[in-house]
Amino acid sequence: MSKVDLSVKIGSLTLRNPIMLASGTVGYGNEISEFTDLNKLGGIVTKSLSLKPRKGNPPQRIVETPAGMLNAIGLANVGVEVFLKEKIPFLKQFDVPLICNIAASTIEEYVECTKILTEEETIKAFEINISCPNVREGGLLFGNDLNSVAKITEKVRAVTSKPVIIKLSPNVSYIADFAKAAKENGADAVSAINTLVGAAFNIFTRKPKIHNVTGGLSGPAIKPIALAKVLEISRQVGIPIIGIGGIMDWKDVVEFMIAGSSAVQIGTLNFIDPSAPGKIVNQLEDYCINNGVEKISSLIASYQL
Amino acid sequence: MFIINSPVEEILEINHHIYLLKVFSPELTSIIKPGQFLNIRVSERVSPLLRRPFSVCDVEGDHLYLMFNIMGEGTSILAHKPIGSNLDILGPLGNGFNFDGNYETAVIVAGGLGAAPFPYVTRTLNGKKNILSFIGGRTKDDVITYNLKNVKEAAEDGSIGLRGNVVRLLEKNIELLKSQKIKIFGCGPIAMLRVLKEFCIKYEFECEVSTECAMACGFGICQGCPIESTTKTEQYLLVCKDGPVFNIKDVVI
Repeated sequence: MSKVDLSVKIGSLTLRNPIMLASGTVGYGNEISEFTDLNKLGGIVTKSLSLKPRKGNPPQRIVETPAGMLNAIGLANVGVEVFLKEKIPFLKQFDVPLICNIAASTIEEYVECTKILTEEETIKAFEINISCPNVREGGLLFGNDLNSVAKITEKVRAVTSKPVIIKLSPNVSYIADFAKAAKENGADAVSAINTLVGAAFNIFTRKPKIHNVTGGLSGPAIKPIALAKVLEISRQVGIPIIGIGGIMDWKDVVEFMIAGSSAVQIGTLNFIDPSAPGKIVNQLEDYCINNGVEKISSLIASYQL
Repeated sequence: MFIINSPVEEILEINHHIYLLKVFSPELTSIIKPGQFLNIRVSERVSPLLRRPFSVCDVEGDHLYLMFNIMGEGTSILAHKPIGSNLDILGPLGNGFNFDGNYETAVIVAGGLGAAPFPYVTRTLNGKKNILSFIGGRTKDDVITYNLKNVKEAAEDGSIGLRGNVVRLLEKNIELLKSQKIKIFGCGPIAMLRVLKEFCIKYEFECEVSTECAMACGFGICQGCPIESTTKTEQYLLVCKDGPVFNIKDVVI
């Protein structure tokens, strides 16, 4: 038995600890399970799924930037059908809440994907990706538009009884407005933040380093922005927040929780040290013991402004 | 694949700006195959952030060698690693060369740092196959012949060997190549691989190439390193997981 209570709640979903793995940084779980015990984690979020398979963008998809990286994968994924048939059997063997991330080009596609996936009992919640900066249709077009966010949330909410998490874009002026729209239309939680739109150029060829021209910036470079966005939502909207953005160690997790996150997702770090998430769970427990924190949930939004 | 800290034993500059780094790593040397690669975290700082992929250059007992040049901050840190310090290695990654097949001579074709995987290939095939090595580069400093056998050289500026690229060197020796059963193992810049592919199609030579692509993780989760397949066009292959070694016919170069 753990000496401290690390559990947190995201709507009706109870996580054994606040450490989740972010969409697009764990594939469908099989590779990372060689490095980290998935059963130790609070939850894992699948790579974005669309109704049909997507090939994704041509190379170059990735470039490193100071304390960060740009990616423009373009939502490459196997599609809902192959996911259910070929990926779920592997994921089923773990005792860890599986959250399906859904990306779509139309509102109808979000609804259709959710309808199909909600039948699968292994899936415990949905994270709706309305904020991918790297695809032409859908993605940011939705994430930048309050009406679309409201409508997608409402329609997805109507077809599943499982928790619905809306993954918000930081590429907006007031993220709290979007969190509010999600809440008012039945979302259980929001994830913040998705990547920031960024660019990098080769100074000799004058060409962009990413084939898609722009990509999504992630990594420690975006952590202060993510913390500010989490704080903004926390102060203005009463909805559970899953904090994401450049978490590199347990201290960053504590910081995100203080800023208002109920749970966090680890993303870019999985590429660098795929064994880190399990270690962070242990270190969080040590932090709680050493600092007299009996319930980790008491850290949530405990900022002293 | 696993993450391991292995001590750096030696760093040598073998050509102008070309480095060879030796680590003691029995855990890796006992399982790594020629053509596989390692993803190295050069420092614990957040910048440079990502690991750097390097193909295994050679294996000698419990020692493993990496070959690299200084491209930027990451490789500069690597070239100046203190002897005895630990190197954070993730590996072994990807699929190595397939040495099966009905051939008597392995033909190694490399351009520039594309020579990196071939000392280990040479060591592995030594005594089992004849080996011919065709090595090219822009100038003689880029023609890397470290631990290779039966080397013919080409430099684009004519500073060593044949003036021209390495595939021109192959063409020059076409009668020798056609006189025996061969399999080609290639690695080098994309422009070189492109002409190598045309050459192999023209003469119907079997050929495997080691490819490269910018990547983050090196084991399939970031999906950052796509390469177009010639047969399955509805999805990309990944250089890290499906490669980095491919039959040259199977990928669009």
